[in-house]
Amino acid sequence: MKLSSWGRLSFEDYPTTSLSREVNNPQSLKLTDGETAIVYGMGRSYGDVCLNPGGNVFLSRGLDRLCSFDAISGELVCEAGVLLKDIQALFVPRGWMLPVSPGTQYVTIGGAVANDIHGKNHHSHGCFTNHVNWIRLGRTEAEDIICSRNTEAEWFNATCGGLGLTGVIKEVSLRLRQVSSSWLDTETLVYSSLAEFFQLSKDSEDSWEYTVSWVDCSSRKLNRGIFIRANHSHTEARSNSKKRRVRMPIVPPISLVNRMTLAAFNEFYFGVQKLKSGLGKSHYQTFFYPLDGVLDWNLMYGPRGFYQYQLVVPYVSGLSAIETILTEIAASGQGSFLSVLKTFGDMPSSGLLSFPMEGLTLALDFPNRGESTLHLFQRLDAIVAEAGGRLYPAKDSSMSPSLFSEGYPLLRDFLPYRDPGLSSGLSKRLMGW
Amino acid sequence: MKRFIIIGATSSIAEHCARLWIEEAAIDLTLVARNAARAESIAADLKLRNPDSIVRVRTGNFADPESIQSLVDQVLEQGRADCVLIAHGSLPDQTVCQKNLAVNARELYINGISPVLFAEAFANSMVRTGGGNIGIIGSVAGDRGRKSNYVYGAAKGLITRYAQGLQHRLDGTGVRVTLIKPGPTRTPMTEHLANSQPKLADVGTVAGTIVEGMEKGHGTVYSPGKWRVIMMIIRHLPHFIFSRMDI
Repeated sequence: MKLSSWGRLSFEDYPTTSLSREVNNPQSLKLTDGETAIVYGMGRSYGDVCLNPGGNVFLSRGLDRLCSFDAISGELVCEAGVLLKDIQALFVPRGWMLPVSPGTQYVTIGGAVANDIHGKNHHSHGCFTNHVNWIRLGRTEAEDIICSRNTEAEWFNATCGGLGLTGVIKEVSLRLRQVSSSWLDTETLVYSSLAEFFQLSKDSEDSWEYTVSWVDCSSRKLNRGIFIRANHSHTEARSNSKKRRVRMPIVPPISLVNRMTLAAFNEFYFGVQKLKSGLGKSHYQTFFYPLDGVLDWNLMYGPRGFYQYQLVVPYVSGLSAIETILTEIAASGQGSFLSVLKTFGDMPSSGLLSFPMEGLTLALDFPNRGESTLHLFQRLDAIVAEAGGRLYPAKDSSMSPSLFSEGYPLLRDFLPYRDPGLSSGLSKRLMGW
Repeated sequence: MKRFIIIGATSSIAEHCARLWIEEAAIDLTLVARNAARAESIAADLKLRNPDSIVRVRTGNFADPESIQSLVDQVLEQGRADCVLIAHGSLPDQTVCQKNLAVNARELYINGISPVLFAEAFANSMVRTGGGNIGIIGSVAGDRGRKSNYVYGAAKGLITRYAQGLQHRLDGTGVRVTLIKPGPTRTPMTEHLANSQPKLADVGTVAGTIVEGMEKGHGTVYSPGKWRVIMMIIRHLPHFIFSRMDI
């Protein structure tokens, strides 16, 4: 089966096995000697964390059953191929919601655990796996392991954010949170410097559950941007959004995001958002999942695909590092339409390889222009390393093994928990196999 | 509350139809299956999707007329049926069927005779209770016999003719019969084909077309819809061309 990840940088034909409860016995995870596989859910990670060039792929979408729900504690047990979208659609009308949401709801629970995803409320709620009770992990050469913070805790810590390399995540128990409304009260503010952004973030963290900002990376003059903060509304009712979605119909012959369009795109977006500044209301689907507004939006980068680059740097060196990075990007003329700048809070992540740490995170898209894009990344990598930061593996396809091992000092503790039957493009690139 | 009954409820296509029905409204749903454990796991999932629904599981032997009649009688004792989906089947290995007549006979029975006996048993009762929908899952494989799977195709072809006859007979009674012909769909039944046949349809999409077609009372539903055109061409290919095709 031909598979690629969200960045569309490679297309390869993989031998696949569909996982489902019916074929969920240990034999179905058996591989011939020396072969390895990786689990592929929705293919929404950007780089090669969900791909396995030259190897096999286990498809997890068939593992899509809900197992139990406790309407008092909010504990939901479900199989790993269930989508965040399904959980939100079924449970928000009943007053329960996922405590942590990334920018798209078209991802599986297994992928959310394996990449220990985060959302706009990291400063108040931490990462996705901070809300996971236990995980049933299938191993290619052994019995399933049920791990939690109390039992088999080492396996739990390795599996949360473990990039799908410790075993096949089959079933997950997580805690939903109660909400009284499917709407959020929002406030949109304009900022014109990073210092201003930083001040807004600090001022908002105590009283606003969600904060996020968009920064204009195409302007050399100033680091202007839009800051949005939100809390769950207590006045609006619960309802599902009936919003119609459009779809990117074709792959354009060249990237629609390019030198000519980028500044105009950003100018337009800034103008529109500026008009919206002030207090407002937003449905959770529009607020959490702006990326889902245009289905297949990744096609707009054309046939060569695109990279996403997400970094986090600690506060001490953070602002100046971000400033240097933005200057570097603006000078390169590359860079993205939607650049997201946010603060991460101090809640410790569960996983040994979880990406978030206290500091500033910046995420950018780059159309693939081959060597010139990779050269830019090398310059950015150096700034990130210098600042004591790290990159997000779920979005990466280019970092070096040394940047990875420096950024993730617990890597050595993680390695003994790898499943010998599982590997990915990313693991081969960054861990040797 | 409308009463839905699914025969062969562990079929992946049936499971996805059930999700669409139960997420749309609270229903009274009976899952009839051969394997109790598998049906219970599906029932648990469906119940979570709409806690206001009633979900029951019933198991029985699908390969014997008396068992089929008594299963249907038991199900109908709990109330009249508004919508019945008959979904069971298995994809046999054609070459094994050519060598082993016992396997061949078993496959013909479970894919052809068994579903139509269920349909017959429900139809008789539904005519008395004043109407409802019956959906029977056939297959595009039933439209023309092919060397690679004519045992399965013949059984599904039997369903096609039987459904036509039922439609003819029940016209005007309020009981509507929908013959469903899925194309190759990505399910556990076709798992072994996934690597040789990469264009398997998504089971959720197939289920969506089925639910919509039954809702509208269509006589025949191809799912995905493109198979209506493809099969029209295949059915009309002259023998001298068809015989050269390796399908």
